[in-house]
Amino acid sequence: MAAQSKTSPGSGSIALSEVAHVSNLARLGLTEEELVKLAAQLELIVAAVGKLSQADVSGVEATAQVGQARNVTRPDQVAPGLSAAEALANAATTEAGFLRVPAIQ
Amino acid sequence: MSLLEEPIRELGRRLREREISAVELAQAALARIEAVDPAVGAFLRVTPELAMEAAVAADRTLATDPGGAAALCGIPVAYKDLICTKGVETTAASRILEGFVPPYSATVVERLAALGAVPLGKLNCDEFAMGSSNENSAYQITRNPWDLERVPGGSSGGSAAAVAARLACATLGSDTGGSIRLPASFTGVVGVKPTYGRVSRYGLIAFASSLDQIGPLTKTVEDAALVMTAISGRDPRDSTSVEAPLDGFLEDLHRGVEGLRLGVPREYLEVGIEPGVRKVFDQAVSSLERMGAVVEEVSLPSTEFALSAYYVIAPAEVSSNLARMDGVRFGPGFAGAKNLREAYETARHQGFGEEVRRRIILGAYALSSGYYDAYYLRAQQVRTLVARDFEQAFAKVDAIVSPTAPTAAFRLGERTADPLAMYGTDVLTLPANLAGISGISVPAGFAAGLPVGLQVLGPYLGESICFRIAHSVETESRLWQQLPPVAGLAG
Repeated sequence: MAAQSKTSPGSGSIALSEVAHVSNLARLGLTEEELVKLAAQLELIVAAVGKLSQADVSGVEATAQVGQARNVTRPDQVAPGLSAAEALANAATTEAGFLRVPAIQ
Repeated sequence: MSLLEEPIRELGRRLREREISAVELAQAALARIEAVDPAVGAFLRVTPELAMEAAVAADRTLATDPGGAAALCGIPVAYKDLICTKGVETTAASRILEGFVPPYSATVVERLAALGAVPLGKLNCDEFAMGSSNENSAYQITRNPWDLERVPGGSSGGSAAAVAARLACATLGSDTGGSIRLPASFTGVVGVKPTYGRVSRYGLIAFASSLDQIGPLTKTVEDAALVMTAISGRDPRDSTSVEAPLDGFLEDLHRGVEGLRLGVPREYLEVGIEPGVRKVFDQAVSSLERMGAVVEEVSLPSTEFALSAYYVIAPAEVSSNLARMDGVRFGPGFAGAKNLREAYETARHQGFGEEVRRRIILGAYALSSGYYDAYYLRAQQVRTLVARDFEQAFAKVDAIVSPTAPTAAFRLGERTADPLAMYGTDVLTLPANLAGISGISVPAGFAAGLPVGLQVLGPYLGESICFRIAHSVETESRLWQQLPPVAGLAG
């Protein structure tokens, strides 16, 4: 999508094409009707969270994770895990110990 | 009095003294579920065979080594359907996981099983825990035991309703923005949101990984502290879990509130608190003052931005976490799809409900190029401000008290058409998730016949102070002894 067609952050208006684009990226398979409804709701929600633009965050670091844990590592040791049969037990289709899916094209 | 109406410590005493058996207790719970749950709808599935098996094993332990038996040995519990249980279908209340039978159990389930707790089944919730009313479950409605025309709150609504109707002694839920505390408040039970990292998330189906915590819902604060003692602690399978002493969980309960400094956040009372809820809150504060607490006003100035930050950060994590729900490794699949894209789209379109779609789109939008700085980055910066607010407040006070939610339980269907109104339900609970601190909701009174909770927030790893304050409130009110009308169905 061309950058020019994007709506400006916090403006509260979202183009249907943008919702369709994001839905496509997320592989949601939405119908035209569902997209129209979602776009209207998203517009309201995005306008509401647009309040963030009023917060004074100059010089404030971003927090992605709270707590004290930093770079937790452990020795790379072999340990018992699921068997292939257990790991595949919930799959819709399998073949010869593999997951089976339709071809890409 | 039904066995299920008794606190865990009393049941434990009776079990150890062999006055009652774990099998009798399990049978009593299963009979109550059969009599009462058709009206409430808390359980998605009941596991009587597993319950009886565990009860028989618990009786063996209790007979051979009553002194060594754990406090939860023989105690009936149940799990939110977001928590994986080996061999028992786990759906997250979503169609996309229909038929999913986990090959492993969550750490919390393993820990309770090892202590001899008796698993009754899986509890309804909002789909992938996204919601505040349980109305987003793909399978069924859960009703509030105090008024069957009202919601139990969410997303751990089944977990709360089951305890409120006395169908289980304790349940586990998960709290990402208030999903334990809110339904606890709406149904008149105790609900704990532990410090981030206090309880292992291994085996919890991820909603927003940086915010999610598993916690207990129980009748009393002591029951909650008992369950927290059992499930807390470092787990090598969750690298964000922390090893921290459980000092004071049970030992400090009875110490009272004399001399404790409690802060009431000015901004929390400005969000449109219903008059009936405000009245209950003011009475609870007066009662704490009478018991010797020193109450003062504090300020959490970033509160006005917290809701917005949450509804950017949580959906952003959703859009990423739920990418794994593609119909390939679990779920009903993608019958008839011609190619891989169609397979994904078929599975996800048929599998996800409206709210989940909404949050995936919102999250993907906030993370997309051109909007990242304005929404996601800025929300994370606001998250820092929210955490700083709490740090500054806790430099002055020992704990913070507020209403758990601006309203009591609302009517079924009242907010389903308006996502923003539903999101606003969490305004007083979600700041604690953003900051990662500890909190609890304890019943404080009634507004027009509906339960109202008091929220107590403590600092990072400050659960014991929350328990102590909540226990004082509970000791004074004795509210846990009041039963909802629907409990009468048990006969």
